[in-house]
Amino acid sequence: MRKVYLDNAATTYVSSEVLAEMLPCFNTIYGNSSSLHGFGREASAIVDRARDRVAAAINAQKSNEIYFTSGGTEADNWAIKGIAHAYANKGKHIIVSSIEHHAVLDACKQLESEGFEVTYLPVDKHGLVNIADILHAIKKSTTLISIMTVNNEVGTIQNIKAIAKTAHEYGIIFHTDAVQAIGAVKIDVQDMEIDAMSMSAHKIYGPKGVGALYLKNGVRIENLISGGNQERGKRGGTVNVAEVAGFGKAIEIAVRDLSINQQKLRAVREYFLTQVQEKIQYIQVNGHPHQKVNGIVNISFEMIEGESILMLLDLDGVAVSTASACTSNSLEPSHVLQNMGVPDELAQGSIRFSFGKNITKSDVDYAVEVLVKAVAKLRGISPLTKAGRK
Amino acid sequence: MYSKEIIERFKNPKNAGSLRGANAVGKVGNAACGDIMKIYLKINEDNIIEDAKFKTFGCCAAIASTDVACDLIRGKSIDEALKVTNKDVFNILGTMPAHKIHCSVLAEETIRDAVEDFYKRKEKENRKNSK
Repeated sequence: MRKVYLDNAATTYVSSEVLAEMLPCFNTIYGNSSSLHGFGREASAIVDRARDRVAAAINAQKSNEIYFTSGGTEADNWAIKGIAHAYANKGKHIIVSSIEHHAVLDACKQLESEGFEVTYLPVDKHGLVNIADILHAIKKSTTLISIMTVNNEVGTIQNIKAIAKTAHEYGIIFHTDAVQAIGAVKIDVQDMEIDAMSMSAHKIYGPKGVGALYLKNGVRIENLISGGNQERGKRGGTVNVAEVAGFGKAIEIAVRDLSINQQKLRAVREYFLTQVQEKIQYIQVNGHPHQKVNGIVNISFEMIEGESILMLLDLDGVAVSTASACTSNSLEPSHVLQNMGVPDELAQGSIRFSFGKNITKSDVDYAVEVLVKAVAKLRGISPLTKAGRK
Repeated sequence: MYSKEIIERFKNPKNAGSLRGANAVGKVGNAACGDIMKIYLKINEDNIIEDAKFKTFGCCAAIASTDVACDLIRGKSIDEALKVTNKDVFNILGTMPAHKIHCSVLAEETIRDAVEDFYKRKEKENRKNSK
């Protein structure tokens, strides 16, 4: 059976360049990067190079502002809780958007249970945070604002620089979850005035289980893991040299190839959308009309439910995802679409298509063909389908 | 995560579609929750369910549950159909994620709703005839 992977926002394959960078770290350069001897120094040099690469990719002032983590979720958790705790004597109020990843939202919930106050900002119908809402939410006790750079479900790009500037006018630290942004939009932490930023390797053709937190020198954070002086004593534990090396290479390539990949993905996106809009009626494209990444397309299909679309596509080898009720373990529709004001019944029928850099026109054609069939089949047995609407 | 039976019934439901000559329709759920089930029944003068069909908006488990429900009540008397429970549906479908078990419950409720509709229609008809 033919297979087409349209779930690159969930994870990507590891590119061969990245894999080649990683492989020697398993059995050739296997020293502990904290050891003083030659084996250790060799491993340490690899970790240093990876740190330099990550720093260069986001234009951090210094490489020591990069702290490797187990991924984006850990980086988000650490940033939200660690910064909130470190500044708790100054104030206990933080501001986030209502469409953040659950790594941020659940970390906020934990803070609330500890007595912190959290404001969840609304977004407009395109998923954008309004600066006026931030200004309205800021209090004397606000210590941290966290807004994701790119939303993982609909691909909307926030006005990060303006938000960061607003935060700084009030002496508030600004963190952003940039997991979906790396490789899709240009990130310059100095120009964008970002104080802390979460990153992940496996969305950019790197390995799973590794990411980083960028933390501008001078910004305080509670230590995450005790028991070692790794990551400047903030996150103890032997460094996973191979993964870190893979991440360094992956982010270097992601930034190097950003414009060529985006050019291609823009064409893919436009072709896909034209095809879908031509062949399937009663759909709604979710997200911002132009302030969005090219790799993510979120579509609501009227009268049918998302998981059943996903499963029919899967039976024909096409992998997509849905944030609606059924894939997650709750029956609630996507919090992102809900907060954007998408009606529940449309949110229940939404599918995220996310394209990878190796996609071909024939992949798109096959996916559209399968999608057309699936939608027609499900509308055929839907009680919501009125006569003549298929 | 889903049993073969669920996937098979989802892929090729035997009982999907509307039913010509249906004299009872049951409907439960709402789109906001992600499930709407509709079961159409054709019940004869001896109160036997001659045929049953369904239309469902929902996930695989919802579609498969209504498909099984139709099989379970076809050929049965109304009283027998009312004895069909979500457990009977579940037993045929096999393993499903815990949060999907409610689909089999909804299928049971849809059968009950259809039978209720049948009695309501009958009552209305009787009243009309007695006037």
